[in-house]
Amino acid sequence: MTENRESLLSIRDFGVSFQRYDSRMGQTRLQVISNLHLTVYPGEILAVVGSSGSGKSLLALAILGMLPLNAVTGGEILYRGKELTPERQKQLRGKKIALVPQSVTFLDPLMKTGKQADGQGGTGLTQKRRDIFRRLGLPGKTENLYPFQLSGGMARRVLVSTALLTEAELILADEPTPGMSLEQALEALRMFREMAEEGRAVLLITHDLDLAVEFADRVAVFYAGTTVETARASDFQNGPDALRHPYSRALWESLPQNGFRPVNGFQPYAGNLPGGCPYAPRCPLRTARCETALPPVRTVRGGEVRCYDGA
Amino acid sequence: MKRLQKAIFLCIRTVSLLFAVSAISFALISASPVDPVQQYILGLGTAVSPEQRAQIEAFWGVEKPLLERYFSWLGQLLCGNLGESLLYRRPVAQIIGERFRNSLALMGCAWALAGIVGFLLGCVMGMYRDKGPDKLLKKVCYVLSSTPAFWLGLLLLLVFSVWLGWLPVGFSAPVGALKEEVTVWQKVRHLVLPAATLSLTSFANIALHTRQKLIDVLESDYVLFARARGEGEWTILRRHGLRNILLPAVTLQFSSFSELFGGSVLAETVFSYPGLGSAVSEAGLNADVPLFLGITLFSALFVCAGNLAADLLYGVIDPQMGEGEKTG
Repeated sequence: MTENRESLLSIRDFGVSFQRYDSRMGQTRLQVISNLHLTVYPGEILAVVGSSGSGKSLLALAILGMLPLNAVTGGEILYRGKELTPERQKQLRGKKIALVPQSVTFLDPLMKTGKQADGQGGTGLTQKRRDIFRRLGLPGKTENLYPFQLSGGMARRVLVSTALLTEAELILADEPTPGMSLEQALEALRMFREMAEEGRAVLLITHDLDLAVEFADRVAVFYAGTTVETARASDFQNGPDALRHPYSRALWESLPQNGFRPVNGFQPYAGNLPGGCPYAPRCPLRTARCETALPPVRTVRGGEVRCYDGA
Repeated sequence: MKRLQKAIFLCIRTVSLLFAVSAISFALISASPVDPVQQYILGLGTAVSPEQRAQIEAFWGVEKPLLERYFSWLGQLLCGNLGESLLYRRPVAQIIGERFRNSLALMGCAWALAGIVGFLLGCVMGMYRDKGPDKLLKKVCYVLSSTPAFWLGLLLLLVFSVWLGWLPVGFSAPVGALKEEVTVWQKVRHLVLPAATLSLTSFANIALHTRQKLIDVLESDYVLFARARGEGEWTILRRHGLRNILLPAVTLQFSSFSELFGGSVLAETVFSYPGLGSAVSEAGLNADVPLFLGITLFSALFVCAGNLAADLLYGVIDPQMGEGEKTG
């Protein structure tokens, strides 16, 4: 169903690597994201789920064009069908694409919260912002507090409010809910859902698979800098047989309610990736070609997967 | 309650510091070859027999133990008597008061100028980090901060007073003019070169610190977020940069009182400017012990006041520190 609509954001064969200078080896490259495929449609919440260190947060910076200067990118990102050039990224930042960052360190320590949430919009946004603060359960005095006076959950709600204040069509939410109470997290996610219903799109970057399955329309599973599977959220509710990649199934089985079975081995870190499929060393279904060549992206039962199995 | 406690603590700190300075400088002067009796005799202008000299020494208590001499001096000091200058034959307190007024104009101008210029240049360097303007200004800063104040003073004198003849060579007023007839304009003209010398040698420090702090701020998460919200670089400097780099700049600016005073000694000597700085070098060279000790104590108080001001301003600029005072 989603495939027929025009995509808002389309990422193809995207990679990010960092140039480093080593005293012995000279210039080296550290590949952090590679062969990433991801499509975001208007009106949906797409969750990107992966463990920490898998490069999820860099994805948000890459879309905004705000990677560190020594980062080199490959592949392409299309926004509304047109290439997202640095100039376009600059124009869209904060207006059409909004970021919800992770922690209180993203707030200016010397600026009062209210003024900070209003941002460049100034006092024109104050009324709207107060409504959003109230809905997120932030007490009225919050606007006069400095960031160091906020709890972790309050800081995150303030950060969420900054995106809700914009007219953005795409919201990149990087771990927006940890530190909030369940109620607050649900309210924040409800507000994201409302935005999606208005035709905007939310890219929810998280390590919390339960949350992703509960609230997102689709879930992209991120492993060692690449997406191994993009599935409907309902596939995760239906169990391992509805899933397409061995890692997604292992993730499902590792959830407490599904048997709590750990996956053997550990995720390879950037700079230490195996050739071929990054999951091959841990995969029960691996064959010889898994170790030499990365499987292409295939569409299987309405989802996308990078795996030779069943091909 | 916390405020009162802090005020008491600061008072105790200041008093104990002054006490320590007085003890150490008194001990150093006593251990030095400086002979105040000889200086006093020279000042009399008449020949003195060895017997008379012995009488003077006995009257002054030169032979008494160090501690006894120190405490009698300290006792007088606490009663507000700083003694009489051997060189000028006038009360030390009076001389310090007069000279300090001249120095205040000079140091005030130089201090404000160095602070403003240093902060602005630091901002420019931070914004253009590792680009042309930054590289050029950084070299200027390094050169100026490694230039001795007296040498720079001589250079300025040579160019602006001797060759170009734009500005007077020295003193705080035209030679031979009556005190009542000296205009403000003349005073300002005499102030320009010493003030320029003093500020040129001290702004580099604040500029380089401001540059580094601005670079740290521009690499912070909150500036990253501001960029993600579409704020431009100069908006970021105005909205987030200035306030966050003001704290170290203010701290430095107020704790630079010691360098300012040290620099003024050299600058005032070069320009024969009748301030506290030239008084201290005269007192030192002429073994005028009471004046020397008096100025030493006064300058310690001056530096202390600067640090105290920096301490108090912290709370105003950084709400986190202000809060710490109230609750922590």
